[in-house]
Amino acid sequence: MNFFWEARKVILLSVLIYLSVKAIFFFGYVSQYIEQITLYALIVILASLGLNVIYGYTGQFSLGHAAFYGIGAYVSAYLTKIFSIENIFAYIPILFISGAAAGLIGYLIGIPILRLRDDFLAIATLGFGTLVRVLLDNSDKFSEVFGGSRGFVGIPRLTTFELAFIIVIFLILITHNLIYSRYGLFWRCIKNDELASASIGINTFSMKLMAFTYGCFLAGIGGALYANLYTFLHPSNFDILKSIDFLIIVIVGGMGSIAGTIYAGLIWVGFIEGLRIVLPAEVVDLRWVFIPLLLIALMMWKPYGLMTKGRN
Amino acid sequence: MELLGYIFQQCINGLQLGAVYALIALGYTMVYGVLRLINFAHGDIFMLGAFIAYYLLSRFTLPIYVVFVLTMICTALAGYIIEKVAYKPLRNAPKISLLITAVGVSLFLEYFLSLKAIFTPNYIAFPRPFEVEAFDLSLFTITNVQLIIFSITGVSLGLLYLLVYKTKQGTAMRAVSYDKEIASLMGINIDATVSLTFIVGASLAGVGGILYGIAYPQINVFMGVMPGIKSFIAAVLGGIGIIHGAVLGGFIIGLSEVFVSAFLSSTFRDGVIFVILFLVLLLKPTGIFGKRIDKV
Amino acid sequence: MNALEVEGLEKSFGGVKAVDGISFVVEEGKTVGIIGPNGAGKTTVFNLITGFYRVDRGRILFYGKNITRTQPYKLPHLGIARTFQNLRLFSNLSVFENVLSAILKKDGYNVVSSVFRTADYFMKEGKAEKKARELIEFFQLSGKENYPANNLPYGEQRRLEIARALALQPKILLVDEPGAGMNPREVQDLLQTLREVKERFSLSIVIIEHQMGLVMNISDKVVVMDFGEKIMEGTPGEVKKDKRVIEAYLGEEFI
Repeated sequence: MNFFWEARKVILLSVLIYLSVKAIFFFGYVSQYIEQITLYALIVILASLGLNVIYGYTGQFSLGHAAFYGIGAYVSAYLTKIFSIENIFAYIPILFISGAAAGLIGYLIGIPILRLRDDFLAIATLGFGTLVRVLLDNSDKFSEVFGGSRGFVGIPRLTTFELAFIIVIFLILITHNLIYSRYGLFWRCIKNDELASASIGINTFSMKLMAFTYGCFLAGIGGALYANLYTFLHPSNFDILKSIDFLIIVIVGGMGSIAGTIYAGLIWVGFIEGLRIVLPAEVVDLRWVFIPLLLIALMMWKPYGLMTKGRN
Repeated sequence: MELLGYIFQQCINGLQLGAVYALIALGYTMVYGVLRLINFAHGDIFMLGAFIAYYLLSRFTLPIYVVFVLTMICTALAGYIIEKVAYKPLRNAPKISLLITAVGVSLFLEYFLSLKAIFTPNYIAFPRPFEVEAFDLSLFTITNVQLIIFSITGVSLGLLYLLVYKTKQGTAMRAVSYDKEIASLMGINIDATVSLTFIVGASLAGVGGILYGIAYPQINVFMGVMPGIKSFIAAVLGGIGIIHGAVLGGFIIGLSEVFVSAFLSSTFRDGVIFVILFLVLLLKPTGIFGKRIDKV
Repeated sequence: MNALEVEGLEKSFGGVKAVDGISFVVEEGKTVGIIGPNGAGKTTVFNLITGFYRVDRGRILFYGKNITRTQPYKLPHLGIARTFQNLRLFSNLSVFENVLSAILKKDGYNVVSSVFRTADYFMKEGKAEKKARELIEFFQLSGKENYPANNLPYGEQRRLEIARALALQPKILLVDEPGAGMNPREVQDLLQTLREVKERFSLSIVIIEHQMGLVMNISDKVVVMDFGEKIMEGTPGEVKKDKRVIEAYLGEEFI
């Protein structure tokens, strides 16, 4: 099919990367921990890509992206646990259901809030993100298995490197095709000037909603992969801090650049985890003091963002 | 009759909570008015106020009013420094950068104070500076704590109104919030006005922090997060940038939270605030006292 | 049938009546110029016609169809295109993308085609790119396709905005002060461009303009506005001599 032929370069490169990484793992050059971090990086890249579509391309400032990541995580955790999924092929539909759930909620939330101007949109998404966090904390009142603020335990471990890698590459390709099509063009038009976009016939609301829904869908799949990788979920993983993680990656990687998001995701995860390895135990919590300082310094140094394609 | 008493009691409790939210909301609304910035770190100034008061009360024996004054000075100073160091350099940068910087400041304050070397990430008991007395008024009970909260809030609001409507500096603040460029053309010192706005907002938040510590004597480095968000929603509800809006919004949010907790369930306590937020954003984003804006 | 009929339009902002009952007609294929002092309400009329402002009272008919309450983004599909007084290009997009966006909006493919790169996608993209290049050439912007739109000199940016509007193949084009900020030479070039547009594309044009050399030479009919009302309507020749018009522009003492 045309799709694969067009993507041949990416597919080839992916196969090479996959084989190299697999070799490194196989020969035991790195620890289990690093393997897990590599998987985590893939997941983060996927979720950040979703935010890139929403914010980097379409210009909608969302501070609640982690909420959709969390929705995907909890849906997948719930379904895989209560149906005792062990088989990877049974898992794949659940992955997409989780993504669809996140996307659907994104769609429903988007309808009222995407009409708002940027600061108000930021507030609304922040509010929604906090609301989801509160709901997750109280989730044991809906069903014991969710665990509420104690956390969701006993999630089947289903995420493998192969699965995550293939899914992420596939979704990157789909995102790429969307962005380098008239839809991506319309998204960028909207980001540039909404009124002018309307004047050439673009239904800006529906395009914004589409970008938002798709971005939330990607976050949801990322969350699902996360849940079935770490096998434990805690609501505090899905709060404003996580949303900011994704935002930093999108901004640092250059809004409106897929490759940039990939690099930035790798660097960011590498940095956070690297700090955890490098710093001695007593000092490891200092990470959370330095990261905000780094963030502030980053904003001062490059208020218009790094690695941008053209001006913002 | 008992139900009526219960309702009155919840009103008093709601107004108590609302007073604290109002004090915090004022800082949000004033800073937004002057700079169009959502100061995410403002909730942490509130937290800072509680912690400074805790420190003063537990290490030294000082009369309570001295603690108030010292705390206000410290939080005012903190607000001033944050503005000068983190926000002023980005005055002309895209708003997103400012927002992210504010988030950075907020996180920094929280995690810095959570370090074991400084304070602790756990809950701390806030020392009660005086004995709690309750006054039974047949329909409901009111405590001296609540009376103190109401009176201090009232005094603070009164002083604020004097400042904003009766002084030159206050007029400057209002002018800058209408139109920064024109205000500077009229000879108003923007930097000084912005600094003053932060100082006033931060001291009010500091007062809020002490009152909160006295009323609910468990403090924690993350205590500013939810009240911060709720106070911000209160400011949006009343009309962001509008001072009496912040006050009204604060009381509405406080009352809503207490009433939902009392008559429905405390699980939905926080949820109702977001329902209010979404309703406001859907129906009238400019808030209760805000003006409708037509499209370009 | 008339391309556009505006009947009794009224619009207030707060207490200010910006448009106070204006009516005029644009016959198919004709060019109507709208002139008047600053603040007369000309751009407000455009914004009312194109749905960016909500009409308080009155009607707007496009080829007999009532478009008074139609949302802005639906109008290009019906055949209405506009430019903006303050120039609204997609500044960070290239010249090519500015024009392409309009073409692809008009004749595009769906999401599935985009994602799976079907034959339909390639065909439509190819056609669109070809048309975009043709338009860019017509407007003498060739060679600058990949420039970010805001790198162009001002006059060329104005041309680009018109090019983008024409990419929609509209039946009526509303141009808002295309000559603003231009020197006399540029205005002449613009006049020539508009003449060529009239010739090449069969459409009706409504043009708001202050530059008399431009609007009087291109219009079949001129509508004069002041204080939100139509004070006179006629051929350019008639309008130039009309006392009320002179008064509106120059003030009473000049009569």
